[in-house]
Amino acid sequence: MSTIGYKDWAVDLAEVGAVYPLQGWEVAMTIVGVIFWLVWHRIQFVREGEHLEKAKKMGDQDKVKKALERY
Amino acid sequence: MDGNLNALTTVFTEFYYWVTVVFMFLIHVGFCMYEVGASRRRNHMHTLMKNIMIIPLVTVTFFFFGWWIYWAFPNFYIFGGSIDFDAGAANTPWSPTMATNLEDRITGVFWAAFLLFSWTAASIVSGSVIERIRSSALWVHAVLIGSVFWIIDAAWGWHYAGWMVKYLGYHDAYASGVIHAIAGGYALGVIMVLGPRIGKFAADGTPRDIPPHNPWLLTVGIFLIYTGFWGFYAACNVPIIAPEVIDGQIVGTTWTATNIYLAPTTLSAITFNFLMSLSGGLMAAYVVSKGDAFWTFSGGLAGIITASAGNDLYHPIQAMLVGAVGVVIVYKLHYWVEKRFKLDDAVGAVAVHGYSGVVGLIIAGFLLWGAPTSPFEGYATITPWGQATGAVIMFFVLGFLPGFLVSKMQAAAGVLRIPEEVELQGLDYAEHHAYEDAKADIIEADKAHLAATTTPAE
Repeated sequence: MSTIGYKDWAVDLAEVGAVYPLQGWEVAMTIVGVIFWLVWHRIQFVREGEHLEKAKKMGDQDKVKKALERY
Repeated sequence: MDGNLNALTTVFTEFYYWVTVVFMFLIHVGFCMYEVGASRRRNHMHTLMKNIMIIPLVTVTFFFFGWWIYWAFPNFYIFGGSIDFDAGAANTPWSPTMATNLEDRITGVFWAAFLLFSWTAASIVSGSVIERIRSSALWVHAVLIGSVFWIIDAAWGWHYAGWMVKYLGYHDAYASGVIHAIAGGYALGVIMVLGPRIGKFAADGTPRDIPPHNPWLLTVGIFLIYTGFWGFYAACNVPIIAPEVIDGQIVGTTWTATNIYLAPTTLSAITFNFLMSLSGGLMAAYVVSKGDAFWTFSGGLAGIITASAGNDLYHPIQAMLVGAVGVVIVYKLHYWVEKRFKLDDAVGAVAVHGYSGVVGLIIAGFLLWGAPTSPFEGYATITPWGQATGAVIMFFVLGFLPGFLVSKMQAAAGVLRIPEEVELQGLDYAEHHAYEDAKADIIEADKAHLAATTTPAE
């Protein structure tokens, strides 16, 4: 058994193509990858929203004024 | 050179490695910027000097004996093996091929590529111990990790005839273990003896964050490390070689790029996988650290390191997911170890390099199970247990143990840690007081000159 389809390198490289694991599962891997990407956006949207809600109540007027002046 | 094609191949290979070496210099620049950015103002010069002097010390020792170890130690007393003096002979400092020699255009650039890996191994340790280690102690560690221990592991697990490759099927194409796990393990051994910086832990044992004094310097530093790491990836390959030159099982006449074991891969494959594992690491680190800048940037690096063992063979999506999974494990492990054992790893090097390397090796054992690591007959194939054993050898046997034992000896001799008074007042003042005095003197002189020459306003 070999996950890449070759148990040794006794091959003519002119006849070798893909050598990654899970050949034939490219579409499934793409689906998993796309889910990872979309879930990342979802988590980030939610967290940033929560953070901004908290942040808008945190501002001390003097500190905000100083921050504006500091540019 | 027998013909034009051979000549062209040789000159191309020479130039190829030379370019990778120049790129890899950026890793060291990045480490220096990162360390200085992470340290507090009172320790800048000392921190920088500590890392810069790794360059000459590791270079000369790697010339004197490090490079010889790589060629002479692949079967060092393992399974009936011994030191291979014949293979080592051409790599001694007195060999004519270790010099200007028109019959050998490769040894110098190949030596330099390995040397830059040595600097990296030493520099990883350097980051963990900032602001409290004596430079003299660190520089001994730098020579040991850079010119002895990492190159023994390279001979064993990163040489086409290394015993770990032959008998364990150890596969570590872009050095998850041979650079990162060993350096992380070594750093862990040192910081266990060295102890935390003053103030790192509250009286109840709660760890305090010691923020970087300059996050921008730190950021540019890590981006330079990414860039240099790209060069490192290319340096781990043989750019072009014919099957008859490999002289293994491969038949036919198709020339190929290979990994360090002379097994086929492509520069294109590792470019895909470098970028996808970087991205997987950054995305996972952003989520798991809740957007912490330090961990997000370091997570990119940890993602690459986790996927590196198998990045010659992974699919890009696999590389991305391996990078992501590795970062989550490493992040959680870092904080657990910090809290549980009260360890102060100033730049997270043990986690980013050490834990990532170990996790990456083990994952590769499963994902590449049964794949050939070598083009030579009779070598073991990749297995989870071969990779796990390799991870223990890299992180613990050749990394942690020497770092811990040498630090114990240094501590017993009173030459490991700086005095508490010096740590508080800052190393730059204590060791570079001439610089501080000169600065104060010239500022006073300028002020006095200004006062003497300026006409008061009407």
